Amino acid sequence: MSKIIVKVGMSSCGIAAGAGPVYEKLETLVKGREDVELKKVGCIGLCFHEPLVEIEQDGKSSVYGEMTPEKAETLLAERTSLTPVLSQIQDAPENHMMGKQVRIVLRNCGLIDPQKIEEYEQRGGYASLRKSLLELSQDQVIDEVLKSGLRGRGGAGFPTGMKWRFAHDAKGDSKYVVCNADEGDPGAFMDRSVLEGDPHSIIEGMAICGYAIGASQGIIYCRAEYPLAIKHINKALEQAREKGYLGQKILGTGFSFDIYIKEGAGAFVCGEETALIASIEGKRGMPRPRPPFPAHKGVFGKPTNINNVETLANIPWIIANGHAAFAQYGTEKSKGTKVFALAGKIKKGGLVEVPMGMPLRDVIYTIGGGIQDDKAFKAVQMGGPSGGCIPASLIDTPVDYESITATGAIMGSGGMVVMDEGTCIVDVARFFLSFTQKESCGKCPFCRIGTKRMLEILTRICEGKGKMEDLETLKELAPQIKDGSLCGLGQTAPNPVLTTLKYFEDEYLAHIRDGKCPAKVCSALIHYSIDPAKCIGCTKCARACPVSAITGEIKKPHFINDDVCIRCGQCMKACPVSAISVE
Amino acid sequence: MPTLVMEKPELEEALRPIIERFKGGKGITIPLLAAVQEKIGYLSSDSLDFLSKEMDIPAAELFGVATFYAMFRLQPQGKHVVRLCRGTACHVQGSLRVGEMLQRHLEIEEGQTTQDRLFTLQFVACLGCCSLAPVMMVDDEVHGRLTPEKAVEILESYRKAD
Repeated sequence: MSKIIVKVGMSSCGIAAGAGPVYEKLETLVKGREDVELKKVGCIGLCFHEPLVEIEQDGKSSVYGEMTPEKAETLLAERTSLTPVLSQIQDAPENHMMGKQVRIVLRNCGLIDPQKIEEYEQRGGYASLRKSLLELSQDQVIDEVLKSGLRGRGGAGFPTGMKWRFAHDAKGDSKYVVCNADEGDPGAFMDRSVLEGDPHSIIEGMAICGYAIGASQGIIYCRAEYPLAIKHINKALEQAREKGYLGQKILGTGFSFDIYIKEGAGAFVCGEETALIASIEGKRGMPRPRPPFPAHKGVFGKPTNINNVETLANIPWIIANGHAAFAQYGTEKSKGTKVFALAGKIKKGGLVEVPMGMPLRDVIYTIGGGIQDDKAFKAVQMGGPSGGCIPASLIDTPVDYESITATGAIMGSGGMVVMDEGTCIVDVARFFLSFTQKESCGKCPFCRIGTKRMLEILTRICEGKGKMEDLETLKELAPQIKDGSLCGLGQTAPNPVLTTLKYFEDEYLAHIRDGKCPAKVCSALIHYSIDPAKCIGCTKCARACPVSAITGEIKKPHFINDDVCIRCGQCMKACPVSAISVE
Repeated sequence: MPTLVMEKPELEEALRPIIERFKGGKGITIPLLAAVQEKIGYLSSDSLDFLSKEMDIPAAELFGVATFYAMFRLQPQGKHVVRLCRGTACHVQGSLRVGEMLQRHLEIEEGQTTQDRLFTLQFVACLGCCSLAPVMMVDDEVHGRLTPEKAVEILESYRKAD
């Protein structure tokens, strides 16, 4: 029998779910055992089963979920008593989540130890950099990327090869390659996963880009909220320098290139290229008009090419396998794959990578396993605060740039937050507006003041104080904010309101005209009450109530004082006989 | 992270090595302020004034950057910083109710620090652990799959550990 390899998923979410104690337990268990190798790996994407442990032996592997230190002990002693969440038997039902995926960006995530460059190299890592430097000209590299059809994965979807071409053609004594790792969209975490789980793929992608456009300096602008990602990149950078993939005269050629990390300080607008550049320069991260484009005047006034994490992670794969292999996936205008972060009211939340053009239905039902508790699917929010809600009626929309844009949402960075019948759409619109309103840098009055007015209106509607003309005002404000704003933040801020108004106007009307929140979320529009016929007077609800709004004698029906009630729902959860309802 | 209220000479002594490290560099404002905040816990006006003079950067520029980014604090904070994620996935999974419960339990509003200086409560944008929603971070530890009661229990366990 061959060696047993035990891999523990130690990305941020794995650790949050309790992977740390599992790893420690395994460490003590395998101490001194020559036949077992214990590894820390990144995220494989099955986040809903975290913490995860994979066991590999004789070329076969099984992944076990919901691990605890106790289960880890069983796992090593006799595996058969545990059921894997993923195994090598192709038809096993547990494999449906992975079966429909095509993993290019996530090719190494969860498989290799991200802190060991050798493991990246064993899976073909840095061969693409070698090939680019030794066999291809700058033009050939750019052509390869251009022909692959790769488009920016950060949101806007601009062809990557064209961007590289502009930066290559720009004149300057020094140029920069910037990796935008300021993943700020709430609900998106694919970049974090790649940064943590496969940092070398980004370094290699950046070095290839540096060669192609003639840059000698790379900067990874990473948000400070991702401490583990920063740690892994720093380690990877050190290793890449040691091995000669970064630094002077790389692989014996005349090409020199190095990378440093710049930590963000928490500002959503810094995901926008020109704001990001201002932030790198140490200023307030505020956007400026374009042109000049960063390709001509970027970081410190030098020609700069900015790509997002996922875009760069595609590059080594494209160079290694050729543009045609990449372009075989996807649709006519959207080539390759896209990583999505499935979250919200979905059964199997996690990171998935699918070929472009897959219908939303397949992503949500086949891969995501459908809606939690088998409730009715209401909408999926795509593109974060810049995107919109796609309703159940459009669930057969293929995921590609054009089709998603046609619904009013955007592809964005790939967050998919699934909503069920218990999600209030007006509340969601308000949620996004409060986000963009807070994050507006304040430069453009339409964005600064306009989003505030929209938020006030939405808040009013959620509080049951909306007026019919509010809907008209919203529709009037939205295009003005879009037209009057300099950057993507303001230009897209009204999208969540516009799409929800388009597909869920009924729900707005219910709030305004009928004073009802159909999803029973908006506090001001709902009331909890106890059915005296069902109440057994157990006092559990009164004890659960944090504001003492419930009165009643023991063994007699209780009563909720609506004026005191804060609509937290604790009483409903505490009631053993379902006597409490909400209307 | 320590929060120290220092007398001026002591403060200047503490800041001097940081000034030496960053002086003359380009694009250093953000890492400079981050280093100062890590050293003394927050960005006091005294410290920013001192930096401005020593490094020849207009105080307005330092305050401008300090107030622009969410990471920087102009007030001292509690021993434990509680960051409740208010990202989309957490919102959909009920983080608002968790936030309301924490505010009631700690008897403070979001952004404030408890009287005993033990907890500072912040509502933050996405922490990137969406599949474990709702999520909060206490200092550097992430806690997922929260309910209002569970969140309170977690904070109480920190109180007990002190």
